[in-house]
This record gives sequence, C-alpha cells and structure tokens, in this order.
Amino acid sequence: MMSDAIKLEKVILAVLVRNEPGVLSRVTGLFTRRGYNIHSLAVGPTEDIRVSRITIVIEEAEERLEQVEKQLHKLVDVLKIVNLTNAQRVERELALIQVNGEKRSDILQIVDIFRAKIVDVSPREVMVEVTGDTEKIDALIQMLDGYGISEIVRTGKIALARSNQ
Amino acid sequence: MAKTGAEVLVSTLKDLDVEYVFGYPGGAVLPIYDALYGSSLKHILTRHEQGAAHAADGYARASGKVGVVIATSGPGATNLVTGLANAYMDSVPMVAITGQVQSGLIGKDSFQEADVFGITMPITKHNYLIKDENKIEAILKEAFYIASTGRPGPVLVDITKDALMNYVSKSGSKQRLELQGYRVLKEGHPRQIAIARKLIKEANKPLIYAGGGAQDASKLLLKLAENFNIPVTTTLMGIGAFPGNHELNLGMLGMHGTPWANLAVQNCDLLIAIGARFDDRVTGALNKFAEKAKIVHIDIDAAEIGKNVPAYVPIVGDANTVLTELIDDTRLSHKDWILEIQNFEFPAQTAKEPKRGDCVNCTEPNMHFAELPPPCRQKDSVDPKVVLELASSLFKNQLIVATDVGQNQMWAAQYIKIEKPRSFITSGGLGTMGYGLPAAIGAQLGRPKEQVVLVTGDGSIQMNIQELATIAAYNIPVKVVLLNNRVLGMVRQWQTIFYNGRYSQTCTGSIPDFCALANAYSIPSLRVKGLDDLDEFKVALKAEGPYFIEVAVDPDESVWPMVAPGASLCEMFHASKAPTPSWQRGQNDE
Repeated sequence: MMSDAIKLEKVILAVLVRNEPGVLSRVTGLFTRRGYNIHSLAVGPTEDIRVSRITIVIEEAEERLEQVEKQLHKLVDVLKIVNLTNAQRVERELALIQVNGEKRSDILQIVDIFRAKIVDVSPREVMVEVTGDTEKIDALIQMLDGYGISEIVRTGKIALARSNQ
Repeated sequence: MAKTGAEVLVSTLKDLDVEYVFGYPGGAVLPIYDALYGSSLKHILTRHEQGAAHAADGYARASGKVGVVIATSGPGATNLVTGLANAYMDSVPMVAITGQVQSGLIGKDSFQEADVFGITMPITKHNYLIKDENKIEAILKEAFYIASTGRPGPVLVDITKDALMNYVSKSGSKQRLELQGYRVLKEGHPRQIAIARKLIKEANKPLIYAGGGAQDASKLLLKLAENFNIPVTTTLMGIGAFPGNHELNLGMLGMHGTPWANLAVQNCDLLIAIGARFDDRVTGALNKFAEKAKIVHIDIDAAEIGKNVPAYVPIVGDANTVLTELIDDTRLSHKDWILEIQNFEFPAQTAKEPKRGDCVNCTEPNMHFAELPPPCRQKDSVDPKVVLELASSLFKNQLIVATDVGQNQMWAAQYIKIEKPRSFITSGGLGTMGYGLPAAIGAQLGRPKEQVVLVTGDGSIQMNIQELATIAAYNIPVKVVLLNNRVLGMVRQWQTIFYNGRYSQTCTGSIPDFCALANAYSIPSLRVKGLDDLDEFKVALKAEGPYFIEVAVDPDESVWPMVAPGASLCEMFHASKAPTPSWQRGQNDE
C-alpha cells in the first residue's frame, strides 16, 4: 500500500489501558482496520493492577501519526497515551538466540563483549540471552550469524521515560 | 425481594426511561423475555433481528433517544451486525443487548454460540461481555452513557444466560462508573473560536457545510447563517438541520449534490464545516476539494479533524456549545457572493445515456410474469420527481422521510424539502439497502404525532420486506412509497455510465406483485402508473393506517447531477437537470 515516496517515521507509543478482557484485541484491531503498521508490540501489567501498558512501535507516514493517537484515544479502555519518540528514555528489547556451539570459545568472547549471557548449553548448541536496544541486538545477531543460528526469539520493545528529578 | 439478572436488566431499562425495545426472542434471552412478560416496557417484535436493529436505529434518529435492540446468542446476534455497523457509521445512539451461552459453555462451540464480543468490536463505539449478574445494572447504565454522549454510537452488551438467570446479590447501583478513559469535550477552545469568528468576518465568500452533527444544533445553525448571511449546504446526513426551503439553503453537496452547492464549495474562500466528516461521497477528489478555502472544522470527535482534509482552524466541541460562543450580534451581508452562486454557469458535461432495450437479463424468459413487458420496455411510468414533490408539499414539508439506499434515496434527498431536524432518516455512511422499512417503523414509533413516509426501491425493500408484518401487527401508520423501476437502478446507472451499458444482474423483473404482497400482509395498497393516479396517491398518503403505494418508474430514469467517483466537484454530469433551487421555488410552493 505504502509507496516508496512516503517517508515512514518510527514512533514509540506507551499506551496505558484498562486491564480488561479484549483490550489488546481492541488496540490491534484498530491498527488492522485503519491500516496502520505495527513494528513491534509488548504488553504487561503496571504498578497498578487495573492498568496494563502496551508499548507499540509503529511505522507511519508523519501526517498519519496524529490520526493514530486520536483514534487510539477514542477507545474507551485507553486511559493515556505517551509518545516516547522524542523523550529522554530507556528502551530495551530481549532476545534468545540458539547458536551452533562448535566454536564455543569464540561465541563466549562475543557474548562477553555484548554483555550478553549464556543461558543454556547442550552438546551441539548454546543459547544466548541478550537485552538492549534494537541496534545492539541486531549487531549481536549479525556477529553470531556466521556460526550458524538455528532459532531466534525477540520481544517487542519496551520503553520508559527518564525521570526529570 | 431478590431479582434475577434479567429482572435487573428490565428494571434498569425502565430507570433509563426506555419506552420501546425492539427485538426477537431466543434460547439465550429467554430470561429477559420472561422478565418482559407483563412489564410496562413496550417490546416490538420484528420479523428479523436486522429489522429490529434498524428499527432501533430509526427510532433513535427520529427521537434523539437511545434505541434499544435485543437479540439472542449466535445467529440472533450476528443478524445485528449490519444494523450495528450502520449505526456506527452514522453515529446513532443505540444499545444492543444480546444473550450469550452459559459462561461454562463459552469457547466450546456450543449450540448458538458466536464470539459476538469479538465480532462487534470494530463496529461498535464500545462493547461488553458480562458473565457476572452483579455487573448488569452498572454496565447497562455505562453503555447508555457512552452511546448517547460525545459522538454518539452503538454499544453492545453481551450477557451470558447464567448471569441473566442468577439472583443479583448486591445492589448494582452502588457501583460507580469507571470511565477514566472516556472524556467528552463539549467546550471548543476559546482562542480557536475567536480566530474562526475573525475569519468569518473577513471572508468574502463564506460557506457553511453542515453534517449529521448539526442536527441538534439547528436553531443556532439558522442563527449563524442568518446573522452572518452565509449560504448553507448540507450533507445527506445533515438534511433537515437547516430548513429545506430557506433561501440560503443551497441543497446537498457531493456526488449527487446540487450544482450550486458543489460550485459554491469550489469557489468559497472560507468553509465552515459543522459536524461533518469530509466523506468521499461528499468531497470527490480530496486534493481539489474547496481548493480556494480556509477550513474551519467544528466536530465533537477530535479524530475527525484532519482525518481527510487539513483544518485551518480546528475546533473540538459540541456544535451547540461552539456555535453559542461563535455567534455574536454582528450582521453581515454577502449579497454579491450569494448572487454569484445563484448565477453560476454550469459546465455542460453530459454522461452516457442509457441504451434502451439492451438489458441482458430481460431476454431471459423466466425472469418475468409472462404478461408483463420487460422493464426496459415498460410503457406506463411516473417521474419520481413528481410524486416526491407532491408528497413533500402535501404535508407542507412537515413530514418525516425514511429512505432506502440507491436512486430512491438520492431522489428523496433532492426533491423532498425537509424543514425540521431529525426528519430525514437514511443510511448514509454504510449505505445499507434494506434499512428503510424497519427504520421507518422505528421513526414512526419515536415521533407518533408526525407522518413517516418511506421512500424505497424494489431492490432495497426486498432485503427486509418481512417487516411489513411488523407494520401490520402493530398497525404502524407508515406510508410506503415504492419507486418500482424493476431494476437495481443505481447500479444500473453506473453500468450505463461506466460499464458501457452492460446490464449485468441488475434486472429484478416484475417479481413479486408488490401490491398483492402488501395485501397479503393485510396492508392496503395502491399502484400509481400515471399522472391520472395522483389524486388517489394523495388520498393514500393521508390515510389513517399504513398504506403501500407502488409507483411505476422508468428504469432509465437516472439521478442527476452526478460527480463521477474521484472527480472534482466541478465536474458534474447533467448539472442542468438539478432540482429547482429554493430561491426559484417561490413562496407558493405548496
């Protein structure tokens, strides 16, 4: 649908919602229906058990971003939307990577440099756990790729604005 | 005495001042129907759940109150889907109550189970699944509140059968509404309103574009137009928000709008949009829409502003509240601009004319009763303009019109002059064929002292024709005016213009004999075949109970003017065939 001419912006939204059945469906359904692109999504409870936090990374043409937020606001279960794109923030993703363990010492070195962890070892493979921003995880995956990656799982991005105080 | 969930539901509906509920019983809602037995709440039994949904919708549009519909689980609830989508598109306040299978049976593909909560999520303003009888009262009140405030819309409440049957333990009314995420902005921003007022005073060629959101602000809309001497065009949904015969009324804009309205849009320097959403049927080519104008956009829904066109002055708020602030005692005159509009020269652009006698289906022998000619060779017919203008003047424009979808709808919009708000009941956004008959029932119950006239077509009416039984059963005095051209006229018109007259599957033939069918439902009927029948037509319209009037219309009769989809509003086919404008109709228009 999107032509190459339209510049897509990557935006991080923290959407606080009532912790009600179906609320995630409402949010993702809205994105599907209106044709917005979700890049990643992470959901979990917050400090208030009645409230969940959905962190959504979207890729949209700039002029449509305002619409995305407005449409989200119309959902009765949406309590608050914080656009973290330009905020001072900490953001993290987590990945588990299953990699061929033949050259285990090489892998250990790389894991060390990236401050990642080996979380499982078997005769043939090692499982690496890494947290960080998207770029760091991309870089580690690129480094390990040469050794033979058999499986990867990545979470969606989560982000929190830094405190002003 | 302890009450069941269903009994609490019925008493809560009474507390909420509900007069009518429309519905159809079934297994999962048996407890509700048991609670309704002997209740003073009036239940209208339609003959199909879709009919009940549209009737609740028509009731809501005509009365301004929340329409209520009840259906059972599974197929009952899925039959509401079109009605909900229709109400959602046109912002109609409605509460749908559906039964759900027992909570222990959910997810097990039980008899008459459907995920109604999931299915209706994208076509409701909000929806609920209740499994706890103690929440019924609070959620029902919340549903009414959400449906009727802000930008109105349908809300669905799905309730499991066990929640309906169980006894409510604590008083539901003590539970507070938890709606932190739902805010309604009524007041427009004072600075934006001030800017808008300044722009209005500076403008040379201002134009008001009023939509469905202006229906409840009609008094202030009139004041705005008269004080500042600004011409008004309304959308299909806005018909009646501004008096149809007012000389500042340019008529409808858009695809089948009047040339004056469309050219005024293209030439104005300030466009004041009130409760309108710049729909594609209204704007034509978006990038060419109102090119010369700054746009002031007043809407209660912030998401509408900037959705399709950028607003120069965005004002989020209730039309009444905003207009109260916007209007002052200044009197302006835009005589030159109004004269310019009245003397616009139309581009003489013509569309392809229908190819007579080339209807593919008509050659098929089984399509017709043997003795009747195929529609394209029908001899006796009446111009729909004549009957509609006659109906309009017969009631001195004080009638409520319900329409179906297609040519009948556009002719009704063009030729009937509606003077009062909430008096043109039509499916605008979704364009639901089959809406008209049940909606007319609802509208007539909502405004019993006024006459509802349904304008429909032979295609549309057959999509919910079973509701003739409802009309007969309750003796609802709706007057049905069926414009029967024996084809699916609007689609056929597009086939003429855009598909080289290849009339694929648009011939409905002479089936059934509608007058005989109406009689079968014990509704009196009249067939109008020519101008000689118009006296009888008038008598039928003024009859006491329901009446079914079939008007023979030439299948080649088209709706003009027309802007092709995606074209600019300047590019109109047959602009000269537009309905007579208000300033030429004169005062003796009766």
